[in-house]
Amino acid sequence: MTNSAWETLSDQAVAVAGVVYFLALLAHLVEWASLREVAPASVAAAGGAAGGEVGTGAVAVDTGPDRTAERARRVALFGRLGLLLTGLACAVHFVALLGRGLAADPNRVPWGNMYEFTVSGTFVVTLMYLVLHRRFALAWMAPIVTGFVLTTLMIAVIWLHSEVTPLTEALNSYWLVIHVVSAVIATGAFTLGGILSAAYLVKDRRGEATSGPLARVPSLPTLDRISYRIHAFAFPVWTFAVLITGPIWAHEAWSSYWNWDPKEVWAFITWVVYAAYLHARSTAGWKGRNAAILALVGVATLWFNFVGINFFSTTTQHGYAESAPAFVEPGER
Amino acid sequence: MSTAPPEVPEAPEVPEAPERRAGELSPRELGRWLWRQLTSMRTALILLLMLALAAVPGSVIPQEGVDSVKTARWQDAHPTLTPIYEKLSLFSVYDSPWFSAIYLLLMVSLVGCIIPRTFVYLRAIRAAPPAAPRNLGRLPDHTSYETDESAGDVLERARAALKERGYRLRPDDGGDAVSAERGYLREVGNLIFHLSVVVVLVAFAMGGLFGFRGGAIIVQGTTFTNTLTQYDDFEPGQLFSAGRMDPFTFSFDDFDVEWQNTPRRGVLARAFKAGLTYRESPDAPEKTYDLRVNHPLSVGDTDVFLIGHGYAPMITVKDGNGQEVFSGPVPFLPQDPTFLSFGVLKVPDSPTGEIGLEGLFYPTFQLVDGNPVTIYPNDANPLISMQVYTGDLGLETSAQSVYDLDKTNAEQLLTAEGKPLRLDLELGESATLPDGLGTVTFDGVRPWTRIQFSQTPGKEAALVGVVLALVGLLGSLFIRPRRVWVRARREGGVTMVEVAALDRSGGGDVVPVLEELVDGLRTDAPTSKARDAREDEGRTDT
Ligand code: HEM
Repeated sequence: MTNSAWETLSDQAVAVAGVVYFLALLAHLVEWASLREVAPASVAAAGGAAGGEVGTGAVAVDTGPDRTAERARRVALFGRLGLLLTGLACAVHFVALLGRGLAADPNRVPWGNMYEFTVSGTFVVTLMYLVLHRRFALAWMAPIVTGFVLTTLMIAVIWLHSEVTPLTEALNSYWLVIHVVSAVIATGAFTLGGILSAAYLVKDRRGEATSGPLARVPSLPTLDRISYRIHAFAFPVWTFAVLITGPIWAHEAWSSYWNWDPKEVWAFITWVVYAAYLHARSTAGWKGRNAAILALVGVATLWFNFVGINFFSTTTQHGYAESAPAFVEPGER
Repeated sequence: MSTAPPEVPEAPEVPEAPERRAGELSPRELGRWLWRQLTSMRTALILLLMLALAAVPGSVIPQEGVDSVKTARWQDAHPTLTPIYEKLSLFSVYDSPWFSAIYLLLMVSLVGCIIPRTFVYLRAIRAAPPAAPRNLGRLPDHTSYETDESAGDVLERARAALKERGYRLRPDDGGDAVSAERGYLREVGNLIFHLSVVVVLVAFAMGGLFGFRGGAIIVQGTTFTNTLTQYDDFEPGQLFSAGRMDPFTFSFDDFDVEWQNTPRRGVLARAFKAGLTYRESPDAPEKTYDLRVNHPLSVGDTDVFLIGHGYAPMITVKDGNGQEVFSGPVPFLPQDPTFLSFGVLKVPDSPTGEIGLEGLFYPTFQLVDGNPVTIYPNDANPLISMQVYTGDLGLETSAQSVYDLDKTNAEQLLTAEGKPLRLDLELGESATLPDGLGTVTFDGVRPWTRIQFSQTPGKEAALVGVVLALVGLLGSLFIRPRRVWVRARREGGVTMVEVAALDRSGGGDVVPVLEELVDGLRTDAPTSKARDAREDEGRTDT
């Protein structure tokens, strides 16, 4: 296959993935709509038994009228359909990334610019969601995750899309691969953690619900714990990405391991905020709600760094923002 | 460190002189109170958030240390804000007093936190696991079952099972329960992490204080001697001394660049490299190195990096008397990927009048409507296209960038029709300037490279520091400290076994741990016809 064929394949795969995510979202919305009508007792059971992190989809059927059983069956059916579609979308999403990488000459990892970074980041969100789905009983997150990934992919296609270009000289380093892989993984995980923290705050405000969609969301302590576990995974990965491999690469390419470049500053801010989150979880008075708020602040800084900083700052050396070759700045003599 | 902390100094101080009113503290007490506040977890948390907040302005306002050219441009454009910002050190946020204050406080807090914790930890590591609470059923995660085995046998096997799973056991005191604990290393991980943070910060500060960063544009065929005068720009740390410069020299012998045709961006420079011949010191043997982007050369403590490249047209200027007043390469700065480059040549000491040339270099040009356009970045068919200035170019009076021609008092040479004069010279061509100013000749083209030099003392320590921090962090986050108790009592012909577990990190789920342990205990039992009396239904999540 030629390079442009790979690129076309990648573009088509993103579109197909988008459509399948949309179908998955629809399936989950039907699931949730059916849920609204189900009697409270079976709803709680359908939530994957709020604390016992066992398999999902196991719907305990009340000895109620047939209609309730029928609806519960529909909830389970559409839930499973949505999950299946999400898995399919994730696979197509992966093809899109692969195509991007193979379209470049020489072949490279698919994160030379913001479009590619976004497509990779959302892929990690989906992948982590699927991997952790059973373990943490994440069925309740389905519409949020599919909705988020779909929206972000749409933004990427509409505003960020750019053509495949070779990496600039400074980006042509295996440290970049390690650096960006870990940054993308951490970004995906932090995003998932952020969604959990947001759910925590919503649930904290509304109180325990006995019916409706909110009843599916696990209890506050469970949310807090799952969120912590995901953050505890993401934080070391982020540390590795921005405080170890990033500086090593910066040292090779720009002669100084830390330049206070805006991207670096914001990566550092994100790191400090998440360090504060971890501290907050073990400080009396900051547990729970405040920790969840800090986690959201963390996600905000993370995504601001990725998208926003390019608009506010003109001095960033991180060329992937515009992926033009770096030229020499006029030095003074 | 855990949510159930072993005597961390966070408990409120017991007043020493109860008869005094609250709020009246002796200086010593006040000092102690302040210290306690400073080293509390809450203060660390707030300082961390303040540090994050304080880092923000430096990412929005151009920073002198990061990009001095952009900063100067910004300052020119904002005359009212500049003095205010300057007072607030907003152009050098990361060495400003307020930024330093926050991180110094954080350091003090950190050290004040680590030292006592280390002692607490050293004591804790030698202590035996605490005795079983009287009522295990009160713990959030517990379970129980009945068996025909004797209580002694159950406890015996529980000891063996827990030991096998890496638990430390409380010495057998003949009681009815076994106490076990594991995960002691979590605290070590945490201590290593926080200590490493200190190491990294110190190493980072060292690099900033004792190191330097500088750059030079070096034309092919020339030699660079590592002395201050050879640098185009040089930023030393506050405590840098010139005695620390490594005495190396190198010559830039050849330059190699690959031009890659890309479908959409046209021709791009790939894989460029500069062949150097260098000596570490004047009497060291000669060595060679191919300097490439991402592949720096280390000489002594100095790292040498290739950052960029461009073209330097060789230009000769003769004055009105035919005397050569300038001859040599003039580095032009690339403006875009086509390597269309901008440059300036100033000839100060010409007896027939100052001459300033300013214009563009086209590596491979083509004429379109009489004007050159660049079609290829390789220097296959080069052209320089310059405008000429004379009069007072301010060369004697003001120090200025080599890429800036001060035209305020200069006059531009015009053609007979009164249009600005433009010299378009192909390789080997000369032009005669009007008014008897002299001649300009375009002799050739040489590549130049922009080379960056830096010394960063402490960079190895910083790397070791962050790696250790990561290792400590992993230990601190993933080692799960937990306590397990097993109690067995003979009651009415059967043995009642209670098992409880407690996660001390606040992040773990001990139910699977309990289940696995109990399953092990029960299936190993020689006669297991006991009834299931597990009662983990009502447990809460922690
Ligand atoms: C530069 C400043 C600091 C940074 C970057 C930092 C970072 C961190 C991080 C990332 C953790 C999570 C690891 C874990 O859970 O064990 C942590 C935990 C902890 N930190 Fe810090 N810290 C700093 C300062 C302090 C200070 C000043 C104190 C003393 C009050 C402190 C006390 C603790 C404690 C007690 C934990 C354990 C919390 C737990 O077990 O959940 N830290 N710190």
